[in-house]
Amino acid sequence: MAQSSQATDGLSSIPALLKRNAAEFGHKAAYREKEFGIWQSWTWKQAAEEIDNLALGLINLGVEEGDFVAIIGRNRPYLYWSMVAAQSVGAIPVPLYQDAAAEEMAYVLDHCGARFVIVEDQEQVDKVIEVQDQLHQFEHMIYLDPKGLRKYDHARLHEFAHIQEQGHAARDEFTPELEKRRAKLDYSSVCVMLYTSGTTGKPKGVVLSNRNVIESAKNSAAFDNLGPNEEVLAYLPMAWVGDFIFSIGQSYWCGFCVNCPENADTMMIDLREIGPTYYFAPPRVFETQLTNVMIRMEDAGRLKKWLFDTFMAHARKVGPAILDGKPVGAWDRIKYALGDLFIYGPLKNTLGFSRVRVGYTAGEAIGPEIFDFYRSLGINLKQLYGQTEATVFITVQPDGEVRSDTVGVPAPGVELKISDDGEVFYRSPGVFENYYKNPESTADTKDPDGWVATGDAGFIEEDTGHLRIIDRAKDVGKMSDGSLFAPKYVENKLKFYPNILEAVVFGNEREKCMAFINIDLSAVGNWAERNNIAYSSYQELAGHPKVLQTVQEHVEEVNKSVAEDPMLSGCQVHRFLILHKELDADDGEMTRTRKVRRRIVEDKYSDLITALYDGSKEIFTKTEVTYEDGRKGSISATLEIRDAAVVPVTPQKVAAE
Amino acid sequence: MNQMTEEGYVTEDGRTIGGKLMEMKHISLRFGGVKAITDISFDIREGEIRAIIGPNGAGKSSMLNVVSGFYVPQEGEVWFRGEKRPQMRPYEVARQGIARTFQNIALFEGMSVLDNVMTGRLTHMQTGIAAQALWKGKAEREEVENREFVEKIIDFLEIQAIRKTPVANLPYGMKKRVELARALAAEPKLLLLDEPMAGMNVEEKEDMSRFVLDVNDEFGTTIALIEHDMGVVMDLSDRVVVMDYGKKIGDGTPDEVRNNQDVIDAYLGVSHD
Repeated sequence: MAQSSQATDGLSSIPALLKRNAAEFGHKAAYREKEFGIWQSWTWKQAAEEIDNLALGLINLGVEEGDFVAIIGRNRPYLYWSMVAAQSVGAIPVPLYQDAAAEEMAYVLDHCGARFVIVEDQEQVDKVIEVQDQLHQFEHMIYLDPKGLRKYDHARLHEFAHIQEQGHAARDEFTPELEKRRAKLDYSSVCVMLYTSGTTGKPKGVVLSNRNVIESAKNSAAFDNLGPNEEVLAYLPMAWVGDFIFSIGQSYWCGFCVNCPENADTMMIDLREIGPTYYFAPPRVFETQLTNVMIRMEDAGRLKKWLFDTFMAHARKVGPAILDGKPVGAWDRIKYALGDLFIYGPLKNTLGFSRVRVGYTAGEAIGPEIFDFYRSLGINLKQLYGQTEATVFITVQPDGEVRSDTVGVPAPGVELKISDDGEVFYRSPGVFENYYKNPESTADTKDPDGWVATGDAGFIEEDTGHLRIIDRAKDVGKMSDGSLFAPKYVENKLKFYPNILEAVVFGNEREKCMAFINIDLSAVGNWAERNNIAYSSYQELAGHPKVLQTVQEHVEEVNKSVAEDPMLSGCQVHRFLILHKELDADDGEMTRTRKVRRRIVEDKYSDLITALYDGSKEIFTKTEVTYEDGRKGSISATLEIRDAAVVPVTPQKVAAE
Repeated sequence: MNQMTEEGYVTEDGRTIGGKLMEMKHISLRFGGVKAITDISFDIREGEIRAIIGPNGAGKSSMLNVVSGFYVPQEGEVWFRGEKRPQMRPYEVARQGIARTFQNIALFEGMSVLDNVMTGRLTHMQTGIAAQALWKGKAEREEVENREFVEKIIDFLEIQAIRKTPVANLPYGMKKRVELARALAAEPKLLLLDEPMAGMNVEEKEDMSRFVLDVNDEFGTTIALIEHDMGVVMDLSDRVVVMDYGKKIGDGTPDEVRNNQDVIDAYLGVSHD
C-alpha cells in the first residue's frame, strides 16, 4: 500500500492528512450521505474546501486555539467536517452522545468549558438551550438543519451554511491566520477529547493526541491491509472512540470513503445499498440481524426452510475452515459453492455483507453461535479488544486465528502484561495523554512507565498467545466459600440465548448466585405471536408462565456449561426472576453504550435481591421510570421467583487469590 | 390575542396571522329531514391553525366536508381567497389548493409509501396519460421535479425508512403520517385534518402535534383540524370553533372557549332540575 510505506513526515495531524488526500485522491469520494433518497457525495477535494470554509467561519466567529468545540448529532459528513475544521483552527473537538439527556450534556459541556457547540437539529438545540444557564463559558451554537428553528432568538445561534458562507467571504482576511494555526499542529497536539460513558461515576474526558490517533490508525490499517478503496458505513455514535478511529483516523490515513445513513432507522437499507468492505458492529447488531433472519425463516415455506437449514448446517461444518484457508475436501467445497450460489450469497446480500473483507465486533462478548453463523457464511468477522484510553486497539485477531472465546493477540505496537491479581495492563503508542482536569484518575489508570490498567481481568493462553477476558476486574469477586465469582462470564452465557436481552448476576460474598433477567421483546414477542399468546406490554409477556419456563431451561443449560469450568463452577445461578421493566439508560441503569451499571441496579432493586435470597416465591415491587422526554412515572408488579437446577460441585479455591 | 382586524392579528406566541383565507357564511346542511349544520358562520385566517371541536355527532366532519367541497350546503356561501366559491367537484377544490386527510385513513394499501405520496402531486402534473406512459421529455422532467418535492416531504416527516414499504404493512400511527405526507405533497394553501390524532398513543400524538406545528411554521400552511383530544386542540390551535347539535356555540382563542359557559355545558352536560 502506498500510504503505509510513506513516512509520517509532515503528516502529523488530521488536517495535514486531509491536505494530502485532497492532493492525492482529489477526485475520489471522501464522504457520501443519503439525502432526499439519493446518495450525495463529496470528493476529498470538495471535503477539503467545505472544511476550509467552515474553519474560516469559525475563526470569524471567534474560535481561539485551545477552545473546546462540542459536536452533537448523528453521523453526518457536516459533523465530521466540524471536527476537522475545529482541529484546523487549533481548537479541540468534543463529540457528545446525541441521545444523552440535557443534564448529562450539561455536565460534559461544563466540564470541558465548551465555548462553541455544533449541533444537528432542533432537538439538540433545545437541549443545549435548556441547560445554557449552567454553562458559563458557552457562547455560540451552530446548527445544521434549520427545521423548526426559524423563530428562535439568533443572537447566539447560527446556521451551519451561513457560517461557511461568512468564512468563505472572509477568506482573504483569515486564510493566513488559518494557515498559521494549521502549521502549528504536530504529533503532540490534541486531536480530540472523548468522554467515556463510565459504568461508575461521572464521565471522564479522555484526551487523545494526533500521535495516538494517527499511530493507531496507521498500525491497524497495515494489520488488515486497509487501502483507499474501502467503503465504511458510519452509524455508530460519533462520541465513541471506535467511530472516531474508523471514520476519521483510518479514513484520513488511508483515504477511504465514509458513508452516512439517511437517518437512524434506515441503517439496514443503507448498509445494503453501500455494501461496505470494512465493517464494525457491536455484538448486539449482529445478534439483531441474526434474530431477524431466523424470524423470517420461521415464516418461510417448508422447502425454503429445509434448504436453509440443510445448507446452513453444511456451512457451519466447513465454512469457517474454508475462510481460514484450512484443508477441506473437494465434495464439501463443491457443496459449499452451491450453497454460496443459492443461499449464502443472497443472504449476505440481504444483510449488506456481500463485499465485507474485514468485519470487527467488540465491546461485549459475542455468542459463539452468532459468531460462527457469520463466519460460516464466509464473512471474515473478527474480534478486537480495546478501550477509549488505548485509542481503541489493545488486542486483535489476525486472519486465520479467529475464535469466539478469545480477543486475539496484542495489536501492532502494543505490549501486554497481566498483574498478579489477574488484571490486564497494556502499553502502546495509542495510550491516551490524560483525563482532562482529573490528574488523580490519570495517575490511578496510567503509571509513570506508561502502563495502563484496563480494569478487566483476564489471562494469556500459553500455547496461542491469545488474550482471554473473564470479567471486569472490580466485578470479579469471591463467593463466601472462597471460589471465584465472575458475573459477566455467566451473564454473557445467558445473553447468548436470543430470548434473553440482559442478565445481571449477583453473588459476591454470598453463598449462591442469583440472577435478574430481561427478555428480548422482539424474539419472545415473535414466539408469543406464533403460539397465540396475547400480551400488551413487556411486563405482561415477562410474567407469562411459559416465558418463565423457557428462561428457566436456558438458565439450567447455562448452569451445566458453567459447571464444566472448575474455576467458575460456583457461579451457577440458583434462583432467578424476570424483571418487570427493561433496564434503560434513561433510568441510569445502563450506560449509553448499553452496559449494565451493576451498583445502581443493585441499589435500585435491593428489595428483589432480598427476595431472591430469602427464598420467597414471589415479590411485589414498585419502580420509578423515566420517559424519553424526562418525565417520571412508576410501574408496579408482582414477580415470580423461580428455582433453577444446579450441577453439584465441590467448592474450589482459586489459585490467583 | 391582540386586536383582531380585517388584515389579521398577532397570536400569543407572536406569529402574525393574515386576512381571511376562507369564510363560511350562514351555512346550513340537511340530509333529508336531518339537520346536520344550522346557520354556521366562521372564517379561517391565512397562516393560522384553526380547530373545530364538539361532542360526538355535533356536525364537525360534515362541516369539514363542506369546506372540502364534498358536501354542498343547501344554504349559505363559501368564500375562498376573496371569491365566492361556485359549486365544485372535490377534485376542482383540490386544484384550488385545499388538501385533506381522513378520519379513517384512505391510502392505497397495496402501493408503497412513496407512490402514495406521489399521488398527492397529481394536481401538479400537466402531461397526459400517453406522455406519462412513454415517459419522455416533459413527462420525465415533471416526474423528476415531483419526486424531488416528495422527497423533501419524506425528509420533513422523517419517513425515509419506510419509503419503499407497502402501506398495508405499516402500523396505524405511521399510516396517519403517510396521509399527512400525501396531503402536503399537494402543496395546499389550506390543509384539512380530520381527527389526526385519533387512535394514537401519547408518543404518536406528540410526534403528530410536532409535525402539525412544523408544517404551519415551515410552509406557512393554513391548517383546519377536527380533533377530540382537548389537550391537543388547546395546545395546537390559535382559534377554536365549538359546535353542538349542528350549531356554533363558541368561537375564539382556546382560553376564551375554555371559559365559555355554553361550551362547558355542552361537554360536561347540564343538570335539568
